[in-house]
Amino acid sequence: MSARIYVPADTTALALGADETAAAIAREAAIRGIDIELIRTGSRGAAWLEPLVEINSGSARLGFANVDESMVAELFEAGFPGRCSHRSSINQVDALPWFANQHRLTFARAGLIAPTDIEQYKAHGGYTGLSNALAMNAKEIVDAILESGLRGRGGAAFPAGIKWRTVMETSADQKYVVCNADEGDSGTFADRLLMESDPLQLIEGMTIAGIATGATRGFVYVRSEYPLAFKRMNAAVAAARAAGYLGDSICGSDYAFDLEIRLAAGSYVCGEETALLDSLEGKRGMVRAKPPLPAHKGLFGKPTLIHNVLSLAAATSVLANGAAAYKALGSGRSLGTAAIQLAGNIRRGGLVEIAFGASIREVIDGFGAGSASGRPLSAVQIGGPLGAYLPPDSWDTPLDYEALAAAGGMLGHGGIVAFDDTVDMLKQARFAMEFCAVESCGKCTPCRIGSVRGVEVIDRIADDQNKQDNLRLLGDLCETMTHGSLCAMGGLTPLPVRSAMALAGNPLE
Amino acid sequence: MCYPLRLDLTSDTGVMTTSNIHTIIEPFCTLEGGLLPALHAVQHALGYIPPEASETIASAFRVSKADVDGTVSFYAHFRSAPAGRHVVEVCRAEACQAMGGRDLEEYAKASLGVDWGDTTADGSVTLEPVYCLGNCACTPSIAVDGKVYAKVDERKFDRIIGSLKGQEASI
Repeated sequence: MSARIYVPADTTALALGADETAAAIAREAAIRGIDIELIRTGSRGAAWLEPLVEINSGSARLGFANVDESMVAELFEAGFPGRCSHRSSINQVDALPWFANQHRLTFARAGLIAPTDIEQYKAHGGYTGLSNALAMNAKEIVDAILESGLRGRGGAAFPAGIKWRTVMETSADQKYVVCNADEGDSGTFADRLLMESDPLQLIEGMTIAGIATGATRGFVYVRSEYPLAFKRMNAAVAAARAAGYLGDSICGSDYAFDLEIRLAAGSYVCGEETALLDSLEGKRGMVRAKPPLPAHKGLFGKPTLIHNVLSLAAATSVLANGAAAYKALGSGRSLGTAAIQLAGNIRRGGLVEIAFGASIREVIDGFGAGSASGRPLSAVQIGGPLGAYLPPDSWDTPLDYEALAAAGGMLGHGGIVAFDDTVDMLKQARFAMEFCAVESCGKCTPCRIGSVRGVEVIDRIADDQNKQDNLRLLGDLCETMTHGSLCAMGGLTPLPVRSAMALAGNPLE
Repeated sequence: MCYPLRLDLTSDTGVMTTSNIHTIIEPFCTLEGGLLPALHAVQHALGYIPPEASETIASAFRVSKADVDGTVSFYAHFRSAPAGRHVVEVCRAEACQAMGGRDLEEYAKASLGVDWGDTTADGSVTLEPVYCLGNCACTPSIAVDGKVYAKVDERKFDRIIGSLKGQEASI
């Protein structure tokens, strides 16, 4: 029997040379006459171990970390792909504390299987949720989502079940399910990882959502910076369609559902749901005033269930294992698991899926193991470019929506970007305004003009020109943007600005 | 994907023809909200979206020329003039900043001798800013013609740019 060798192929593993590693393994095996079956997976999300090469040993998977192509010959020399001792060996992968201390639901399959292989997907529990959903009526499915306590994972944390119920109860000749895969926040990559590693799960979640809400068409809006995710989603849709999991009769039932993957075009604000809908309609991505809610009048004016990738994926867990099992995890009103993404200046970066409620420090120290640079960490930005910078004295705050908000922060999409003590907080405040100026859709004045003026005022503060007056002006400007902007772009930009200014020793009123 | 990849769809005189544009966008005219996919297809085929194609695209989608121009100009990914033979995108976002991304930005501009959006004098490289490539745990990141590179310092940047020139020399 040929030896199975698993080599990851998500964007990060590829950026670290996984293709070259895979080619070297194939070459070396051929030279030595060893029969191998090379399986390209997505990634488990342990970016710090990539390229992480794995082999089977009984039912366990043994890993070899950071295998670059130059290491492959010596690895074979040591006995690979048999059990062997080598400096890259990490033994049983899921026994590693970094994995063993996680609670993986959404990312349980990531990195284990060939991403678009339906049989492997099913062998690892895939399509159990859909199969259960097909035995339920729409209301029972929606009740399960309501009961689970699942909240939108894109950042706004709105109760998912209420959205599902609203779309279900709104009658129309056509309804849509739209997946927001425009993951533009720096420090986040969970959506990308899921689409590149387990894309069928997103398709399954959208199919369940379609059945529950009466939508027969779906769109996944993928950012253009994610060409691999776009490609893999398309391959997964083709595989699902060929196997009868998409189309006019889902698994032989009376339900029809099909979906299309659409490519965005490099606009951060299109991650805002109403701007996204405009973009899907083929227009500039301009934010819409709400109401009407997308659930009543969304894509092409029709009732639309719009959710982040992780929310739709989580629906498969709820339907597979039941609402009770899902809500048994988490804390307070933040139930289930959070996909925390450790990024920036962090030693062991990657995706950590855990129940809500662990403290920032537990995650930064326990999983992240401190800074990559070896210098002390001095701040983390949580929740993307619209999230606050939090100093070490606030790191005992639990990672749940309410606790972080109470601490002046925002969990957002779960990205944590770590900075060491060389960070210049005034520059970070300036960048927050600059980013808003670059990405504003331009519809409302506080965001469009305020961000440009914000950069200028911070430059004057940095230059020590009328510092007190300019600090007052910046505080006033932040106030206007917070209360006067149409969406979170302008409305939340003051969060990183204020928190970074405070850490720079210039608190705003 | 939608990086410089030029099919020769120009006529003998080198001018984009209306019928070529029609051929490219035709499959998207019946799609719901097909304008963005059509614009992607034009850029994929030609390397950019020629302003003179706006009218043809507008009439195919029954929108105004201003709608098409406004849509093209709104999105950072769409370009209305040809890029260099390679597009190098340097991430400017926070996760890269945390690992020296600001220095890499300056180094990229200085070593290529261009500012954001510009193309080197020999036409080989267009330098673009990008706001997150989703490789945030192994930063700083850049992308060259859509391929992402991780943990890019100045030496690695030079090596990557050098290999682009090497590829060109060997053609």
